[in-house]
Amino acid sequence: MGDLFANIADFWGMVRFPLGAALCLGGGILCLIGSVGVLRFPDFYTRLHAASITDTAGAILILLGMGLMAPGWLVVSKLVAIFVFLFLTGPASSHAAANAAHTAGLQPVIGPIGQRSDDDDEAA
Amino acid sequence: MERGAPVAYFLGLLVALVGFWLGMSGHFSPLLLTFGAVSVAVCLILAYRLDIIDREGAPYVRILGYAMYFPWLMKEIVKANITVIRACVKADLDIVPALVKVKTTCRTDLAKVTFANSITLTPGTVTVEVEGDKMLVHALYEQEAQPEAFEDMDRRSRIAADGKGADA
Repeated sequence: MGDLFANIADFWGMVRFPLGAALCLGGGILCLIGSVGVLRFPDFYTRLHAASITDTAGAILILLGMGLMAPGWLVVSKLVAIFVFLFLTGPASSHAAANAAHTAGLQPVIGPIGQRSDDDDEAA
Repeated sequence: MERGAPVAYFLGLLVALVGFWLGMSGHFSPLLLTFGAVSVAVCLILAYRLDIIDREGAPYVRILGYAMYFPWLMKEIVKANITVIRACVKADLDIVPALVKVKTTCRTDLAKVTFANSITLTPGTVTVEVEGDKMLVHALYEQEAQPEAFEDMDRRSRIAADGKGADA
């Protein structure tokens, strides 16, 4: 039995670092996708949605990856604290930005956007 | 706000602050523990003087409710993320932005904040304005932001923040 546990611990020690690195890489890619969305979307409010990918999925994956690669529980506890504060303050700041834009009278673009109609010249 | 059991809120804040200090420092020498005790005491005194040791200042009584709500919220976040990521990288933009009015059944401020923050946390929807029990929500896809889509989240965040007995 002890042998089995030792094997599992061994396996975990081996797989921990690459797994964490892969998660960090995935989080980085998601952040990049979020930035692409920020550039592509038409107006302020829709860009806010794209930025929230970076806020949630990107941050979660990167923090998870760093947690897996962490050298000790102390670092993990700090990462957990970062996670909690990010989750409490992230939506508050998004809401503050959206609410400020709304109060200032910025009208959002409403309705279908970019759906290709008959006027496209390339026959896809 | 209600003044139910101030001592319980006080103890909750105390435990949270001590745990936070230990998690941040990780040193257990007498000197640093003394510093920690002093900092925690100063924080508690300041919080007491500011009169914020209440249900919102120390919401640790509801920690079980939130612990049950959190996995569901994570699942929703992942689902919504996939939708928005697809919208970001699609060759043709096909978004249908819309402003939706959502009615909430949450009574207390804490439940409303939970609900509004959950909406904002899920990508594709942002709470723009909160007025009474109505929320103005901007969504990336109109068809996915019908008022019925928020009913489940509304119910769950109400239970998480207020407990099951709070629906009246």
